[in-house]
Amino acid sequence: MSLLKTIFDKPWDYQGEDPNLKGRELAEGMHPKRIALRMFLAVVFVLFMLFIVAYFIRMELDDWRPMPEPGLLWVNTIMLFLCSAVMQWTRGAAQKNMPRQVKWGMLVSGAFTLAFIFGQVGAWQELNNAGFFLASNPANAFFYVLTGLHGLHILGGLWVWTRSTFKAWSGTEVKAIRLSVELCAVYWHFLLLVWLIIFALLSYT
Amino acid sequence: MAYIPIADQTEEMHDPHSFVTKYIWSQDHKVIAIQYGGIAIFVGLIALVLSVLMRLQLGYPDSFAFIDPADYYQFVTMHGMIMVVYLLTALFLGGFGNYLIPLQIGARDMVFHFLNMLSVWVYLLSVIILLASFFVSGGPTGAGWTLYPPQAITEGTPGADMGIILMLASLAVFIVAFTMGGLNYVTTILQARTRGMTLMRMPLSVWGIFVATVLGLFAFPALFVSAIMMTFDNLLGTSFFMPAMVSLGETLEHTGGSPVLFQHLFWFFGHPEVYIVALPAFGLVSDVLSCHARKNIFGYRMMVWAIIAIGGLSFIVWAHHMYVSGMNPYFGFFFAFTTLIIAVPTAIKVYNWVLTLWEGNIRLTVPMLFACGFIFTFIHGGLTGIFLGNVTVDLPLSDTYFVIAHFHMVMGVSPVLVLYAAIYHWFPKMSGRMFNVTLGKIHFWATFFGTYAIYLPMHYLGIMGLPRRYYAMGTTDFLPDSAQALNANITLAAIWVALFQMVFIVNIIWSIFKGKKADPNPWEATSLEWQTPDNPPCHGNWGPELPTVYRWAYEYSVPGAKADFIPQNMAPEDVEMQDPNAKYVGHDG
Repeated sequence: MSLLKTIFDKPWDYQGEDPNLKGRELAEGMHPKRIALRMFLAVVFVLFMLFIVAYFIRMELDDWRPMPEPGLLWVNTIMLFLCSAVMQWTRGAAQKNMPRQVKWGMLVSGAFTLAFIFGQVGAWQELNNAGFFLASNPANAFFYVLTGLHGLHILGGLWVWTRSTFKAWSGTEVKAIRLSVELCAVYWHFLLLVWLIIFALLSYT
Repeated sequence: MAYIPIADQTEEMHDPHSFVTKYIWSQDHKVIAIQYGGIAIFVGLIALVLSVLMRLQLGYPDSFAFIDPADYYQFVTMHGMIMVVYLLTALFLGGFGNYLIPLQIGARDMVFHFLNMLSVWVYLLSVIILLASFFVSGGPTGAGWTLYPPQAITEGTPGADMGIILMLASLAVFIVAFTMGGLNYVTTILQARTRGMTLMRMPLSVWGIFVATVLGLFAFPALFVSAIMMTFDNLLGTSFFMPAMVSLGETLEHTGGSPVLFQHLFWFFGHPEVYIVALPAFGLVSDVLSCHARKNIFGYRMMVWAIIAIGGLSFIVWAHHMYVSGMNPYFGFFFAFTTLIIAVPTAIKVYNWVLTLWEGNIRLTVPMLFACGFIFTFIHGGLTGIFLGNVTVDLPLSDTYFVIAHFHMVMGVSPVLVLYAAIYHWFPKMSGRMFNVTLGKIHFWATFFGTYAIYLPMHYLGIMGLPRRYYAMGTTDFLPDSAQALNANITLAAIWVALFQMVFIVNIIWSIFKGKKADPNPWEATSLEWQTPDNPPCHGNWGPELPTVYRWAYEYSVPGAKADFIPQNMAPEDVEMQDPNAKYVGHDG
């Protein structure tokens, strides 16, 4: 474990310039944006986990009435799966320097994302029409809040996606957007992961 | 394609030229740090005034017609929230984090300049939203800084209509600002260290700020989550936290929500928040003590491990704030246990500070006075923490002045003394000028004795049973008249301390313009920020080439060396020895 080795260093013992940049192992090969994104996703993950813990605690109380999940959510889940898969494929294309594939890959994954968002809004409407209002039961409230925050999280990703896709279509070299594509792919896999957790939670409780 | 470490990149710095890009929309970490600091000190002064108003009421009830109960609760609430979040968190991490991280690790700037600038402006926005609540109908919220529902959003609590909404909105915006800054600090520390700056060669200031930032990144979401849910309860009629209840004769629409759920979420943020403030203070004070005692910090590795251990433990002690909220006794046992365990790494740190002073060549400069003052106040506040960490002792003391005395000593006075130590210590670097030493010493002694005059008597009042949060005590059988006399004295001491803070403000403002030009390294310190080619450092910090680090930051009084300090970036062959034939090998030689 390099980290363990690092914190057992005796800095008062060691003098002189570090020939192998000892202690900078973490820095090697890691662009700061990669670290920042992973850190950010960890923060978002904690945020959703706290909601889920609150969900379990609140569920124990008497007034909780479970609500049905619209079948549309399954379709949306498939959309998000496709999205993530296409993103991964695009990431591979960017690695191999294939501009045409990158352009279309970004566009198609964006289309699937929009389909997911519209699907979610459709599910909201379906529930609202069936009388499951936000304030009528805590189960409903959690459903709307969790899906709503997940939606906001997606919109945040779409901002970066828009910039990268625009660059890809305006003829920027693949090399210049490779990192953005990669970060988008990581972000979308994370979106899928969080959605699967939320969906499982909503379906089984 | 392998990524080239930042220290080896040859990137040109583009100096900002116009006044606006240099001082207002600046992306330079030093300017951003000072902007953060300025805003934080400004709101801090407002909170100071609020505390004096609050003390006037407590010391001389019925004498001030302009303070009614609602005002009093609003003063208490805003004082607490501003001091904890908008002053201490912002000044330690936004202010000192921004200033010191790049300079102490040998970087040109934060890795994401633009995000950094955005962070300070979003922070300003959160402050504006917060202060706006003073001007809306009903005034700011008076729910106490913990904002417990149901009372925080129920009719009858001051500011229950607009005040609480603005407070929650402001906190949410603050969290966004903090997250932008925090991602920056963590990434910069991990990725932008210069050649030779291993993690274990970093000054403890950077370690404290680093771990505190990680705590903040993972703790603030809990506040964010509870703010969202409370806003929904308030505006959209959900029942996350709001129980079924009757208010002012009316049955509310809420159904069985759980107020205790809010308390869990709040304190899951609230306890780490204590360490978000304390850990940077631990780091900064370690550097100040070591430099002014001309001795290496005692037990550097233990200090780092203790910072990490305290950071980790701080996430599993939160319910010790909730002993009286009603919980399973086994939980109480668990949380008392973890709380007392935290005393171990904390005590290690205190011993190490004291042992750093032991046989040191102590220079009683102004920053050193404040740093030593901190050791006193922190030990006092820490010891009463051991009382309150035990369930059985906490139950009778809970909600008394004892608690106020405890947390003000440990996370009010102590971090503030460190802030003063740090401001005086780094002022010559930030401004390029020296402050007035006599005024600095007057400021220290008045503040140090003054705060003891405020908080020491509160322990006795608390043990006597004087309840906190009360607007006025009225006639109460178990409280003798002397309790009120003591309360009046505390108020006088509070006014005294508040007035002497003006000495500091005057000293700083006067010195920025008229102070004596400072030496680039007036304290003869070893860490990198004192070795910059310009004083104060210019944009890009280091001139054409980044420094190379050869040793840790605590090479003071090395046996055989000519100078009593060896800068981190001085090549071993350049170190002059008293005996010209001797070879420099460091402390172990």
